[in-house]
Amino acid sequence: MTVQAKDKIKNQQDIQPVYLESGIEVRAVYTADAVHHDTVKELPGQYPFTRGIHPLMYRKRPFTIRQYAGFATPEETNKRFHFLIKNGQTGLNVAFDLPTQIGLDSDDPRALGEVGRVGMSVDTLVDFEKAFEGIDLDKITVSLTINGSAIVLMAMYFALAEKRGYDISTLRGTAQNDILKEFIGRGTWIFPVEASVKMVVDTVEYCAHHVPKYSPVSVCGYHIRESGANPVQEMAYAFCIAKAYTDETLKRGVDIDEFASRLSFNFDIYGNLFEQVAKFRGGRRLWAKIIKEQYGAKKDKSCWMRMIAGGGGGGLTKEQPENNIIRSAYYALLSALSGTQTMALCSYDEAYTIPTEKAAEISLRTMQIMIHEMGICDTVDPLGGSYYVEALTDKMEEAIIREMDSIDSEGGILKNIANGHVQDKISEQAYLREKAIQEGRVKKVGLNCYKHDEPPKPVEFHPYNEAAARQQMDNLKNIKAARNNGEVESRLETIRKDAMENKNLMPSIINAVKSYASVGEIIQILKEVYGEYDEPIMF
Amino acid sequence: MDKMKILLAKPGLDGHDVGVKVLARALIDAGFSVSYTGLRKSIEEIVDRATLENADAIGLSILSGTHNVLCQKLADVMKKQQLDIPWIIGGNIPAGDCDGLVKIGATAAFATGTSIQEVCNFFTKLQKQLAEKSNSNISKSKA
Repeated sequence: MTVQAKDKIKNQQDIQPVYLESGIEVRAVYTADAVHHDTVKELPGQYPFTRGIHPLMYRKRPFTIRQYAGFATPEETNKRFHFLIKNGQTGLNVAFDLPTQIGLDSDDPRALGEVGRVGMSVDTLVDFEKAFEGIDLDKITVSLTINGSAIVLMAMYFALAEKRGYDISTLRGTAQNDILKEFIGRGTWIFPVEASVKMVVDTVEYCAHHVPKYSPVSVCGYHIRESGANPVQEMAYAFCIAKAYTDETLKRGVDIDEFASRLSFNFDIYGNLFEQVAKFRGGRRLWAKIIKEQYGAKKDKSCWMRMIAGGGGGGLTKEQPENNIIRSAYYALLSALSGTQTMALCSYDEAYTIPTEKAAEISLRTMQIMIHEMGICDTVDPLGGSYYVEALTDKMEEAIIREMDSIDSEGGILKNIANGHVQDKISEQAYLREKAIQEGRVKKVGLNCYKHDEPPKPVEFHPYNEAAARQQMDNLKNIKAARNNGEVESRLETIRKDAMENKNLMPSIINAVKSYASVGEIIQILKEVYGEYDEPIMF
Repeated sequence: MDKMKILLAKPGLDGHDVGVKVLARALIDAGFSVSYTGLRKSIEEIVDRATLENADAIGLSILSGTHNVLCQKLADVMKKQQLDIPWIIGGNIPAGDCDGLVKIGATAAFATGTSIQEVCNFFTKLQKQLAEKSNSNISKSKA
């Protein structure tokens, strides 16, 4: 052995091993021999889409910027929407308050103190009419962040579009509508698992036939990761969930190519930059293979893993909050390097409050600076061909497959969510990570290293608007007095009948919202038919 | 005194439960007996459960910003039900609200950013105080 070779070995032994959050070990240097997959010959826009779903990606059109917004009354939300559009935002991402998310009207005693607090309050179609006033639904795509009561809010959106004269067969937009992840994290479930999935599938089936350009489900790895999952688990559980919706939709006799292209994903972007890029590239390749090889899709489009890769809240800190601006810029960079279709960033104050207008603007500018000053849109998949990124892409794909297989071998995702096993696994990870941060083994700048000695500055909070909450309740009272209550009653009964007969609920719900039946009234009927979810207590 | 029994609870509609579950595990590791209500419990349900389980303390976790409303309600219902045990509040709580929450009746209010260790230390101290109190009650009754 030469002296140099001996030195090389000695140097390798001197360094500490590095492991990614997903458990994959990182070499100090990568060479061509680390890459097994033949991505070198692959082109973006071609199966299996490792390098991106479109041939020209951002060179043709940058990702959509879609910040999350919505608070208090529909009127106030409408103002924020116009502000965001004026500032160059190309899509809207609507936040709803908690009563709306779990199907309670603003005048329900359980909604006390929550009306309009974390998002817009919606009781009836009137609220949608106000919120989207002056917004062209053909030009601005709207994403509804709604899950437990999604079927009602989607019905309202379609009813609104029809009322304003749009042809819903060309209407675009997205609903989050991923109830399975609500049982894992976020917690806005209402009905038992089986009935919940049935309603998601109702929307998928309805859209496949009547609103084919609309994305009825955005499967969220995001909240699974925010609940403590590592990046591999995030992708694996999201894919298992997407497969569960797919399997159920196929049982209705809908062809895979009629709906697979309308399923989309929502993923998280905090953590190690290269690990996340590899997670998205490997995940995109794997999803394409699943749809083509396991489900026999014929259209390329069906195989696309379309995504919003954004947020990153789990990486932000309350300590030295300005540092979150820098973190978010890196998260935005990795999201763009991963070929996302849509991006949204958590604002720097979002670790502790609803973003102020100033903070929301900084997030917008972060993405715009990247697009216009950093050359991020000039060429497709700029990290493609990097020994490290390609090797890691392979490893992540393999690890996601292993995690999916382990859920399948334990009886599948539906069973493991209903019995709380997945929740248990993730909350254990959350605990271990929190412990590692508190003990300083995982570094967070400003939180467990480079700390300030002086007490933190008081932070600006988004005030709760009690007057607005009262106004919302008054409005509901007036609407209930003015509408045709006989018609509402009979349309609500049709929903009950359709639910009992296991029919698709979309048509009867659309009919009911058109006569101004409220979210709470419709959900109550469905609760009477399906019952409510009994949460398994795991921690 | 046996292991102190802590009931962790999520009142209101807020579904953020990562923190409360992490805290539950940490408190168990620190030697406490912990139970957790699950999401979306009414204040009445929480007080009933604490009474039924003979809890020594209640910990509320609230992240939606509704803490002032819900804590006031807890204080009222506990008074009505004559449940006299310490309760604390944590979650996403602005530091400026903490004094007001203590005035409402919280034994402690933990602002956003409080470490898990601090909360564990608090309960360790509380356990000691409760043990001393019950010892002195025992000696009083003996006298």
